[in-house]
Amino acid sequence: MNKINQFIKNFGWPRIIISIFLISLFIIGPFFGIPTDMSLNDVFVRFGMNSILVLSMVPMIQSGCGLNFGIPVGLVAGLIGAVMSLEFKLTGSAGIFTAFLIAIIIAAVFGYFYGKLLNRVKGDEMIIATYVGFSFIFFMNMMWIVLPFKNPSSVQGFKGTGLRVTISVQEYWYHVISDFLKIKITEHFIFPTGMFIFFALMSLIVWAFFRTKTGTAVTAVGSNAEYARAAGIDVDKMRIISVIFSTILAAIGIIVYQQSFGFIQTFNAPLSFVFPSVAAVLLGGASVNKASIGNVIIGTILFQGILTMTPSVINSAISIDVSEVIRIIVSNGMIVYALTRKGR
Amino acid sequence: MEGNIILKFENVGKQFDGNRVLKDVSFTLKKGEILGLVGENGAGKSTLMNILFGINVIQETGGYEGNVYFDGKKVVFKSPFEALNSGIGMVHQEFSLIPGFTAAENILLNTEKTKPNIISKIFGKRLETIDEKEMRKSAQKGIETLGVDIDSDTLISEMPVGHKQFVEIAREIDREKVKLLILDEPTAVLTESEAEILLKAIRNLANSGVGIIFISHRLNEIISVCDKLVVLRDGAVVVERSVGGVEIKQIAEWMVGRSVEGEKNFHSKIQDISNDKDIILDVKNLWVDMPGEIVRDVSFKVRRGEIFGIGGLTGQGKLGIPNGIMGLFPSGGEIIFNDKNLPLNNTYNSLKSGLAFVSEDRRGVGLLLDEPIDMNIAFNAMQVHDKFVKKFLGGFIKWCDNRAIRECAKKYIKELDIKCTSAKQKARQLSGGNQQKVCLAKAFALEPTLLFVSEPTRGIDVGAKKLVLDALRGYNEKNNTTIVMISSELEELRAICNRIAIVSEGEIVGILSAKAPIADFGLLMSGIDKLEEEGEDNE
Ligand SMILES: Nc1ncnc2c1ncn2[C@@H]1O[C@H](COP(=O)(O)OP(=O)(O)OP(=O)(O)O)[C@@H](O)[C@H]1O
Ligand SMILES: [Mg+2]
Repeated sequence: MNKINQFIKNFGWPRIIISIFLISLFIIGPFFGIPTDMSLNDVFVRFGMNSILVLSMVPMIQSGCGLNFGIPVGLVAGLIGAVMSLEFKLTGSAGIFTAFLIAIIIAAVFGYFYGKLLNRVKGDEMIIATYVGFSFIFFMNMMWIVLPFKNPSSVQGFKGTGLRVTISVQEYWYHVISDFLKIKITEHFIFPTGMFIFFALMSLIVWAFFRTKTGTAVTAVGSNAEYARAAGIDVDKMRIISVIFSTILAAIGIIVYQQSFGFIQTFNAPLSFVFPSVAAVLLGGASVNKASIGNVIIGTILFQGILTMTPSVINSAISIDVSEVIRIIVSNGMIVYALTRKGR
Repeated sequence: MEGNIILKFENVGKQFDGNRVLKDVSFTLKKGEILGLVGENGAGKSTLMNILFGINVIQETGGYEGNVYFDGKKVVFKSPFEALNSGIGMVHQEFSLIPGFTAAENILLNTEKTKPNIISKIFGKRLETIDEKEMRKSAQKGIETLGVDIDSDTLISEMPVGHKQFVEIAREIDREKVKLLILDEPTAVLTESEAEILLKAIRNLANSGVGIIFISHRLNEIISVCDKLVVLRDGAVVVERSVGGVEIKQIAEWMVGRSVEGEKNFHSKIQDISNDKDIILDVKNLWVDMPGEIVRDVSFKVRRGEIFGIGGLTGQGKLGIPNGIMGLFPSGGEIIFNDKNLPLNNTYNSLKSGLAFVSEDRRGVGLLLDEPIDMNIAFNAMQVHDKFVKKFLGGFIKWCDNRAIRECAKKYIKELDIKCTSAKQKARQLSGGNQQKVCLAKAFALEPTLLFVSEPTRGIDVGAKKLVLDALRGYNEKNNTTIVMISSELEELRAICNRIAIVSEGEIVGILSAKAPIADFGLLMSGIDKLEEEGEDNE
């Protein structure tokens, strides 16, 4: 009994309720003709696609920079990496690794300046980050048109210049990670082992980072900047490191997303990742200044689970296609819930 | 008789996750009475008061056992607001002021003086206009009742700790219908003379019929101001009696449960360092812009191996000196440390060159409250001297050596007798005195050549005080570490220092030998008599 109470206390009622809701969706799904294996497949694939984006929240939260509403900065770096690798016409793992490499370098540069900016607005990071995200996307909207991309699959067919809104990676590195060691469990359920291994690898890097000297310094800056300063730590530098780290993770995360999805989405697309990533980490139990990998895993499963299951179950139940409406209601509802709930 | 009783604890008990900290506590308090609550660090004093005041942690950790009766009724306060509304005021051991507000605003928080306006006449009192002029006047009055000189328009964040303490007390006294006032170590940050002012104010308050619970580790204060004494040992009441005829030594023995030796045997051990041949720290014309503790122009020399004391009243600048040298506040001047020029405003460099600092602001600067004890202790040493790290890839990766960190923490937990469940306990969960010990351990782990300690025994009980002072002294002797100790307690400075400098109005008004008569120190502190380096001739 005591053990159960302890568990409830640690896990928290909101998460328990959401988990119960998610499980009940799985149970009633088959009655409306939704095969369980298909549902499971969707949830696992979506977890693999989104988890690294959610993970990218952790370093900045830990350093006290708050929730990374400026995640588009990293996403854009990822997009640049991806289209560049297409420019070189590289396919398969060579292609995706080139994409990663370019994205990481660009994300590091972007992250540095983004971090510098956030250091000037201590206390208001989240608001400023939101502005940065938006304005950066609008700036890039112009750049996507102007930059001299050549690959016919990337540029707009009729003009021959300017990027398309969606670029297929089918012929380049589609499912390179997803299909690595994939396990076909049933007809509709193919376990994307590669994405899980990749997520585990990224988590391991984050985990290990916070166990190094620099990592503990970053954590100290986040929990008590005065303490860190009195220990002779360069607070601004640690914050910049965390922002660079977050930005790089976001850049990697979006490429993983693209290889699974099959398309590179340019222009305004990155904006649609902001709130879901923030909401997922909060839902997982993180607060504005403390987050763990456990929070990331739980939050992503719950958020993506509800997001995939609710529309399909309700759709089949009433046989009218309202999935988009439901999706918007559910995702925004959860975001509002997650944002309003008091940080621990 | 019954009607006169304002507060009654009946078999109150409390445990945190199976760790019992209070058992079967029962005692009563009458109106107009001052009850001195004493006990060792971690005896459960603050916890008991938190129960009475309805602090949230108590509920969150599973509530408490037994009954509390206040003003004749059984009460279970679910939040401090309920307690406040029924007439209980509490001054916390750790400050609960809002840094961005002025003193006046803090004092009158939630009891704002309001003027009725049209809207409020219709919709009720909550919408009345705040009467700022009235507020300021009332706040100033509150501060003046205490007999101190603080401008009520100053922001809390810019005040020295001592002033914060007075503001906090003024806030509680100001509430009109207060029937019971809890003071958890209100004098810990004050000098003796300031504490005296406070004690007088408390006495007056009691005379007007308010019941007061007064917690302090300065037992002479208990004896001079209290009517009644309650001693807690390991969470149980061991003595409940009137104060009349009790001696300090007796109280101390009740607290620890065995006989204690006198404190006075410090003096004999003091090393003889009586000339300026070997100077380790030479401070010339130092100024420090630390709000509330401004240092204007300070010069002094510290001899290698000595324990150098700095005393003075709150707000005069004694705290600014170490904070400035350590680069925590903007400063200027010239510092020669170990024959090398020490650049100012560079904390890392100060630490790296062998200085260490135990800050007086333990929760603000001293601790990572949500991290375990071992990390708190090891952190500085790890960051500054690369201790407790394993290097990989030629030093590119510096991995925390958790085992070494834990070992080091265990050593200090034992040496300083830190009361905790394990080295992994969060610093937040420690009692005030034990948090202070963690701060000391953090500085020791740096193995400094020169150690600044600011208010090292604040909030530490009599037994542990000796332990801490002994630890400082022992550290000084064993490693020949020079120590500069800043303290509000003259007695403690005189007990272990070789020489003591007194700071007034941002300048050093005199340096005396610790053996100088106490009256001389008094004169210096009050600023009447400006002596110049008289201590030098004394020796
Ligand atoms: N939130 C908490 N969780 C777990 N243990 C706690 C918590 N708060 C206090 N304790 C433990 O309860 C015991 C009593 O602490 P308390 O703060 O009441 O001591 P105290 O008598 O006020 O000591 P001090 O003189 O040092 O202030 C300590 O051992 C402390 O570690
Ligand atoms: Mg206490």
